[in-house]
Amino acid sequence: MNRRSLSFWLGAGLVSVVVVVALLATFWTPYDPLKLDFKTRLAAPGWQHWMGTDELGRDVLSRLMRGTATSIRISLSTVFLATFFGVLIGALSGYLRGWPDRILMAINDALLAFPGLLMALGLLAVFGASTSGIIIALALAYASSVVRVVRGTVLGLRERDFVRASRVMGNSETYTLLRHVLPNCIAPVIVMATSMCGWIILAESSLSFLGLGVAPPAPTWGNMLAGSRSYVSQAAWLAIFPGLAISLALLGINLLGDALRDRLDPRMRRRV
Amino acid sequence: MWKFAATRIGMAIPTLVIVALAVFILVRLIPGDPAALMLGDSADAASLAALREQLGLNASLPTQFLVWSGHVLQGDLGQSISNRQPVAALIWERFAVSAQIVLPAVLLATLVAVPLGMLAAWRQGRLTDLALVATATLLLSLPAFWMGLLLLMFFALKLGWFPVVGFVAFGENPQQALLYLVLPITTLLLHEIGVILRMTRASTLEVLHLDYITHARAKGLSEMTVMLRHAFKSAFGPTWTLLGLILGNLLAGVAVIETVFTIPGLGRLLVDAIFARDYPLIQGCLLFIASIYVLVNLFVDLLYPIFDPRVAAS
Repeated sequence: MNRRSLSFWLGAGLVSVVVVVALLATFWTPYDPLKLDFKTRLAAPGWQHWMGTDELGRDVLSRLMRGTATSIRISLSTVFLATFFGVLIGALSGYLRGWPDRILMAINDALLAFPGLLMALGLLAVFGASTSGIIIALALAYASSVVRVVRGTVLGLRERDFVRASRVMGNSETYTLLRHVLPNCIAPVIVMATSMCGWIILAESSLSFLGLGVAPPAPTWGNMLAGSRSYVSQAAWLAIFPGLAISLALLGINLLGDALRDRLDPRMRRRV
Repeated sequence: MWKFAATRIGMAIPTLVIVALAVFILVRLIPGDPAALMLGDSADAASLAALREQLGLNASLPTQFLVWSGHVLQGDLGQSISNRQPVAALIWERFAVSAQIVLPAVLLATLVAVPLGMLAAWRQGRLTDLALVATATLLLSLPAFWMGLLLLMFFALKLGWFPVVGFVAFGENPQQALLYLVLPITTLLLHEIGVILRMTRASTLEVLHLDYITHARAKGLSEMTVMLRHAFKSAFGPTWTLLGLILGNLLAGVAVIETVFTIPGLGRLLVDAIFARDYPLIQGCLLFIASIYVLVNLFVDLLYPIFDPRVAAS
């Protein structure tokens, strides 16, 4: 197995595990992730509780599973929103050119002038820290990168012979855009969306860690880690497992993203 | 060269204006009345109206923007609601703290990662390359706040080599200050090594395929000379751009590390301002960080022709 396929299968394997855990957690967890049990406060990992319990006696494994479901749900919704609007605006801008392109690009460049997390923090101040607030804030913060990539690709495709041919044959602009231009943007968009999944998971857990994410007691990877800070000297497992979950998810996405980029982006192919 | 610099600076000015406008609009979208927040729940209607008048909240939005921009240009970012101190002074104080973590971390990460990235590219496909890329991808995948917690648990709590949390200003006690800074800087350093190494490797590989490198090799130059004299300059260009982006991103992103190690930095100031709904402080922090981001990238672009003279020529 060469390096490219090793990276792909390892990444795909890790991502599948995370997705399966997330799906499973939506209808089953070993314990109720919110149930308090003061008799088993800060119990170390063992047969009863594989990953131990937290300061309120809640089962860490169950909370981690539910947290995985929350993180994946937020991440996928955000990536979907950012990609949908990113592709729409990027494609229109690149295809129409002229003044709509200039106006859209001026706004987009202004948005790109903000670092992603800073933008998300600013928007969260407006929308408030809630699940939908985070999704909208992160989608707005990251959509501008998709717009850039799609517009660039569309500008390149516009002048290609097969697109010109479609117009010459009398096909409408909308038909040409949908039938010939957009399908050719799929590869860069998939690569972008995969990396974006990673950025969003990291941004979401950072926001939760800062206390600006999904509000407790609902568990997320970030707020579990934030809660573990007060107990690092006595209950290391509280910090270890959620961090491990984020790292494995990110590692899987990064490996998968690299493999997809190598495979789908011809410019990158010779670098491997 | 001068024309390139003038054009690039000319492009940064409208960006800064749009950034200021975006921050101004964003803060006005935050629900709630700033005057009510400043005076508290017990305020009567008359004093609320007086404060609104004094803050200029009754004027039209364009007028408010012009007045605010005028103040910003004079370095006046208003008064913080929660701290009762001038926003500009607070930001400078906290910025100095964050810079003590971010700058050394990015500098050290560059010094380590750039040679390693070039080495990986040079040994493409061999064991060295695989090991370096695997390590970089792993480092990239560990969230900085988790890595910080792990380092804290091991080196501060278990081994007791470093103080657990807190911050001492460099001016007060340089030796103590260094001890407090080691873990936060290391945390950030490890993460950024992953990012920079991968970028340097990719751009070096791109350059190594070019004809002038084949030509240099054909002339019989040693591999060392080819890598350092010929490949390095062009290969470092994209990494140089990335460094600007990293620096800008970290000013807000460092908030998580400041939270782990309880450091009173700029990122933490912004997060606390959001919690306290301290409008002038949120506005000031957003404007300051976004402007620094634009200016750092301007600086990076202005120096870019050193690595790739074609940029200035075109």
